Formats: sequence, structure tokens, C-alpha cells
Amino acid sequence: MSLRIVVAVKYVPDATGDRHFAEDLTTDRDAVDGLLSELDEYAVEQALQIAEAADDAEVTAVTVGPEDARGAVLKALQMGVAKGVHVEDDALHGTDVIGTSLVLAKAIEHIGYDLVVTGMASTDGTMGVLPALLAERLGVPGVTLLSEVAVADGKVTGRRDGDVASEQLEASLPALVSVTDQSGEARYPSFKGIMAAKKKPLESLDLSDLGIDPAEVGLAGAWTAVDDATARPPRTAGTIVKDEGEGGKQLAEFLASQKFI
Amino acid sequence: MAEVLVYVDHVDGAVRKPTLELLTLARRIGEPVAVHLGPGADTAAAVLAEHGAVKVLTADAPEFADYLVVPKVDALEAAAKAVSPAAVLVPSSAEGKEIAARLALRLGSGVITDAVDLTAGDSGPVATQSAFAAAFTTKSRVSKGTPVITVKPNSAPVEPAPAAGTVEQLAVTFGPLATGTKVVQRTERKASGRPELTEAAIVVSGGRGVNGAENFSVIEQLADSLGAAVGASRAAVDAGWYPHSNQVGQTGKSVSPQLYIANGISGAIQHRAGMQTSKTIVAVNKDAEAPIFDLVDFGVVGDLFQVVPQLTEEVKARKG
Repeated sequence: MSLRIVVAVKYVPDATGDRHFAEDLTTDRDAVDGLLSELDEYAVEQALQIAEAADDAEVTAVTVGPEDARGAVLKALQMGVAKGVHVEDDALHGTDVIGTSLVLAKAIEHIGYDLVVTGMASTDGTMGVLPALLAERLGVPGVTLLSEVAVADGKVTGRRDGDVASEQLEASLPALVSVTDQSGEARYPSFKGIMAAKKKPLESLDLSDLGIDPAEVGLAGAWTAVDDATARPPRTAGTIVKDEGEGGKQLAEFLASQKFI
Repeated sequence: MAEVLVYVDHVDGAVRKPTLELLTLARRIGEPVAVHLGPGADTAAAVLAEHGAVKVLTADAPEFADYLVVPKVDALEAAAKAVSPAAVLVPSSAEGKEIAARLALRLGSGVITDAVDLTAGDSGPVATQSAFAAAFTTKSRVSKGTPVITVKPNSAPVEPAPAAGTVEQLAVTFGPLATGTKVVQRTERKASGRPELTEAAIVVSGGRGVNGAENFSVIEQLADSLGAAVGASRAAVDAGWYPHSNQVGQTGKSVSPQLYIANGISGAIQHRAGMQTSKTIVAVNKDAEAPIFDLVDFGVVGDLFQVVPQLTEEVKARKG
């Protein structure tokens, strides 16, 4: 029986660019170039490795977002994912994480899955709650924040390295896993992979395809509201000294003046 | 006055500091009701009462330890139904965020994570967050349902505020998802004896400039002289010089201490994302052009192997 793996990916503004909020206090996606969230590359990598270790498996990448969000799926296709699904709808603008989890859950159910793989968080919102929300919505076990993951005999197992303990976790399929940046270096798309990606199926869906009422998503349907976003005032220039043998003492003097010692 | 549920993060009844900070914030928006799950409720109740908990709801069952997060969500959901709170506050740990997310969905509520401050507003609690590597500060609120908000450590002072702290048993029925993810084995990490990174008042970090695992002792000695936690940049972690659990940055931990000391760290955006909200920032770096110097209150351009040991000696001398 084949193993159906769905990896959820997100297109995010490049963190090295000058990121802003738009006038409606949603993320300004026009001001900065986007790319596949770095933490999702680890998810794609693990999805591909799990598929490669299975007898018969297929990986589909899914994303929710405006037109250019297709870029995230395209990168996953270039890395080796077999199929892509892009959920795009004007009504999605301003959707918060609760709404996004609804759309993703419906899309994942539409695709069909035994295993869902996600990154630990996006690199823009960095909330880190989407994996838990998706598992809850799909009604499947969530095996989260794994630095090691494997699938065999209808079970997913993994290792979670937390602050106080390292844990071995286990759940039966269908299940959702999220992986950390410790799960293993993500592969670069090869030239062959880039060429092959152009011929791979990339399905486009809208809210009506998924049976979602537009009122449940978007800015108006959001469960949280951002009332104010203020650029942090630039730090006032600090004192910088060159070490000429007394640097450590000068630093100690500063720390003492600030009552840290 | 409205009740506010506070999820208690503890180790066998030893309440961790971020929970006590939550009690301070909870008092701004209502009367704190603490939810203590697992063993040690008697020990915890006294501390929680001392910090303002009018009531402590408690439940203990093997499921809380044997399965991942969902049993705790079942318990919090039961508590929320019993109390009808004005808000639910959870510490912003990895586990806390998962619990908050699932709970919000079940309560039909919005969720806000990583708040750094919380005040009472006209239409419910207003959370301050920092966005885009702390380049922006936002004010947000939950617009549907019972606000579920996770709060970062060091977001409020721990204040004594004696309250009744009446202990009540919470009746919990575990749902079908509770036993979905089994914890097969748990290996406790060896305690470093240092404060926990995200909770520490002072963090001393090392980066590429530390140039080797063995050299991190220089960083550790400074940290120990200040009673600080040790952090590391991604470059240092990727090189295998320090454990990933100590990584500060976009893909590691986000810290917001009173004092952050960056040693041999250039200050790439990914690192800044994890430490930019620190109250006071100082840095030691050989490269005068390093972007970290744009953030500092005080910086030393110099060799960290000269500057840091001298600073450590000076700290020890001044502390007597």
C-alpha cells in the first residue's frame, strides 16, 4: 500500500530584506522578495527521506497564499516532491493562523494523506502553533518538534530534544509530524530537479473547491486583530571603545554603572 | 471580577518563574485561577497563592506524563468550561504554545503567542508582541471567543500578592486524541547548574569568534561570574561547539533578558531575531564593522580572548 505524504510549505518575505506591515496591518508581501520558509526546507527534506525509505510513497507539497506563494511549492517540486497544490483566493487576504489551519486541513483532506509533515514554525510569523492546530483539526496524533523521524509498520517514531529532556515519541498513522532545523540539512535542487519541476502537476484550488465559506477566513473573519504596529525606534548609538588592554575593565565599568555588577 | 486561567508550568510541583510572571499579568485583567496538572500540587499551591492565585485547580493522572500535550489540553478545556474565564494565559514554551493552540481551537477562540506585555483593554486583554525580528512592536487582541494568550518569559516582574489559593480537584475526562502520541522514553538532560536560557536575567553568548568547543569555557566562566545563562549563535552550534538547545536566534531560542552579552557574534538578522528585545546589549568583537555594534549600548572592539577573561576577573573582584 502506498504511503501518501503531504508537506505543508509557506512562502515568506526574505528575512534579510526590509520587512513591513501594509496599511491594513497585514504583512506587506510586495515590499520584499519572498522565498520558501527556511524551516520548511527541513520538512520537505524529511518528507522526501521518508518517501525514499518506503517501498511506495508519494509526496505532495501544499501551500496557501497569494499568486507568488506558488514559489514555495515550486521550490519543493524542484527538491523532488512529486506534486504541488496551491490554494489561492482573494478572500484569503489577512487570514490568521486559525483560518490558515482550516484551509490547510481542508486541502490536506482533499489531497488524501497518511502522514503530514510541517516545519516547526514559519520564519515570518514564527508562532509555531500551526502544526498543533492542524493535528487538532485533522483529528490525528501530532508528533511535534522532531530532530529525528522515521516511518515503519504504520507507525511514525521520532526523537524530540526538549529543554529538560530528550524524548522518544511514537504514534500510529495517519499522523502529523513537525521537524526542527536539527532534523538534517535540506538538499539543494539539482539542475535536473529544476527542469523536471516544470513538468510536475501543480493544482490550483480556491475556497469553493474546498467547501470553505469566505466569511470564515480573511481579515474580517480573523480570530485576532492587530490594532497597532509601530516600527521599533532605532537604538540610540551606544558607546564603542577599542580594546587597548583595558577593554574588559571598561566593559565592567559600564556594567557596574548599569547595576549589573 | 472576571477569572483568568493561568496554566502552571512546573517540575513535580516546583513552579517555574514564567508562571509566576503570568500571575502578575493575570491580576491586571482579573482574578488568577491557576491550573496545576500532574504531581506536586500541594507544594505548588502555596507558591501560587503567595503570588495571587485565588484558586488552584488540580488534576493528576499518568496520561499527563505518558502522552504528548493532548491530555493537558483536555484538562484545560475542562477548567475553561468550569470557570468561563476572561482569558487563558500560558507560558510561551514549545509545549505551552501547542497547548494554547489546541485549546483555542476547541474553545472557538483566537490565539496570540509570544506576548511581551499584557494590559486590560476596552474589549479584552491587549497583547504587545514584537514582529519581524523585533523591528516592529504590535498591539493585538483576540476578537473571537475566550482570549488564549502565550506570554514570553521576562515579560513581567514576579510580585508577591497573597491570595486564598483554595485547592480544588478538577474533573477531567480524556478524549480519544489524548493517547495519540506516546512518550516511549524520556531521558532527562544533565542540568548545567546555570539558569534556563529563556528565563535568565543575563545571557552571555558566543559565536564564530569563539573558534572552537574548548574555547567556550571562556564564555562559561564569564556567565558563571554573573550568574548568567550561556547562549550560542547558529554558526557556533552548526560547527558543533555548543548544543543546539543553547542556540539563540530565528531557528533557536528567542531571549529577552535584562542584559545580553554577545561575544564573537557578528549579529546577522537571524541572530538579532532572537535577542533584539534584550533590555541592555553589549558586545565584544574583533570586527569594528560587525552589525552587532549597531544594537549595542556598549561595545568593545577587540579580541574576546583578551577582553572576556579580563571582564570575568573584574566581575569577580567587584562582587568580592
